Amino acid sequence: MSQPLFTAEQLVKRFGDATVVNHLSFQIQPGECLGVIGPNGAGKTTTIRMCLGLTSPDEGRITAFGLDMPRDAMAIKARLGVVSQMDTLDPDFDCAENLLVYGRYFGLPRRTIEERIPRLLAFAALTHKARAKPGELSGGMKRRLSLARALVNDPQLLLLDEPTTGLDPQARHLMWERLQLLLQQGKSILLTTHFMDEAERLCTRLLVLDHGRKIAEGRPRELIAQHLEPDVVEVYGPGALDLARQEAHAGLRALAARVEVSGETVFFYTAQPQPLLAALGTLPQLRTLHRPANLEDLFLKLTGRQIREDG
Amino acid sequence: MPHMSSIDNPVTPSPWAPPRLSRRWWPVFLRNLLVWRKLAVPSLVGNIAEPLMWLVAFGYGMGALVGQVNMATPQGNMAVPYILFLASGSICMSAMNAATFEALYSAFSRMHVQKTWDGIMNAPVSLDDVVLAEMLWAAFKSLFTVTAILGVMLALGISHSPKLLLAWPVLWLTGITFSCIALVFNALAKGYDFFTYYFTLFLTPMMFLSGVFFPREQLPEVVQHLSSGLPLTHAVALVRPLFMDQWPQGALGHLLVLAGYGAVAFWIALALTRRRFSR
Repeated sequence: MSQPLFTAEQLVKRFGDATVVNHLSFQIQPGECLGVIGPNGAGKTTTIRMCLGLTSPDEGRITAFGLDMPRDAMAIKARLGVVSQMDTLDPDFDCAENLLVYGRYFGLPRRTIEERIPRLLAFAALTHKARAKPGELSGGMKRRLSLARALVNDPQLLLLDEPTTGLDPQARHLMWERLQLLLQQGKSILLTTHFMDEAERLCTRLLVLDHGRKIAEGRPRELIAQHLEPDVVEVYGPGALDLARQEAHAGLRALAARVEVSGETVFFYTAQPQPLLAALGTLPQLRTLHRPANLEDLFLKLTGRQIREDG
Repeated sequence: MPHMSSIDNPVTPSPWAPPRLSRRWWPVFLRNLLVWRKLAVPSLVGNIAEPLMWLVAFGYGMGALVGQVNMATPQGNMAVPYILFLASGSICMSAMNAATFEALYSAFSRMHVQKTWDGIMNAPVSLDDVVLAEMLWAAFKSLFTVTAILGVMLALGISHSPKLLLAWPVLWLTGITFSCIALVFNALAKGYDFFTYYFTLFLTPMMFLSGVFFPREQLPEVVQHLSSGLPLTHAVALVRPLFMDQWPQGALGHLLVLAGYGAVAFWIALALTRRRFSR
């Protein structure tokens, strides 16, 4: 394996009595997109803040590009691009001015930034909005402007905290396409997300966090194969919940490796779906959906189905 | 030198560590300047209209009743027209107010509401440099306001003292001092309402106790002692003689008090802001 771009070792962060990040270690390889998934309050944003030197870990160590955080925070940040969860665009500046002003924070000369602005606006599909202020932009446009702004210093590594939260499907697809493009150009990305399809589509490797701890790590497909049966049969409709509870259906349940209930739906996890589907065929009032296991199943298996207090 | 950070015991910096400042404050200052340039004319009208109304209403209106004010100078007592007395005090008050408004309401908007600071700190600019930039920016805006008011006062012929040129840097220092103090309250604020305390409990009493509207000697002795500790008192003590073409007495002491208030307040503001952002 090549030298990692970014290394976090045994990070611990406490706020009062609460341990928000608990002995977390990970690496980012050059050219890789590492996804960090976890329920609300799992410690994703705190981890990113530590990666930026904005808050210091109580224990552990962060190095990037061979430099030490927080000692070399400024030198490290000069090579990072950041899109935070909340837009921090300047409402008083138009799109082009936002890029110019932000480029100055990196100490870039005006001419260099002005050369980059047309390319950055084109990348964000905002060329026609160069003179529009953020208040006149849609949610997707604002996020793309935030991404363009994060690229103004031509960073090696991007830290993206929920870059598509709150966007409509079209805007999300456009964002994904742009992120794919950046990965093809050789940039590395650390991405936090709540969307499993996003994680599956973009990330080479995933980190699953819960209560500040790493509970799984690996390539999306391998994680699914490792933790789950390959097939899922969802059953819903009148009497569906009886399948999971009544003694009369014990035989049917034995056809699946695992049975879970969420709301009005019963989930059968199995490696051999045919006998199960045949048995379910005798109960025509029920509706069934047979599909391969996905990342969402994995996520729910690892972190549970109950709603979190702050969710 | 041995390597400082280890896995078990990283160095968590104290919020009270000395300021670590760099030249990166300049792009942040420039950002504020660019925004302000778009709104300069209406903001200028607002900044100088109010102080001038005070001056006209009190200076000419009250001045007609008061006539002249007796001032002690090295050359003995001097009778000063009330309008000159008031103008030289109220310009200090304007420096204080302009710096305070910028470092409270506007800085709070950028820090808390718009999250502009968070965006800036994702780039290689430290919080220390952001706070320094905000402080210098508020002082610059205060200097700009004061310059405009000075221009009007010259045009009205209130003072022709050549020493006004020296009043200018003193008013800049006054702006710096009050920016620093305001940033302490900015760091503590949860919302705009909090600033009402600062205005009601600090600025308004300071305005009346620092000799802006009437000589401090009119106050009861106890209050005079209190008043001699207020930073605005020292600004007025420096600026008023310069308006009268006199040299201020004990100038160095007054300058040190103003600078001391500024330095201590900046340090406290920085520590409280660091604490606010470390969460």
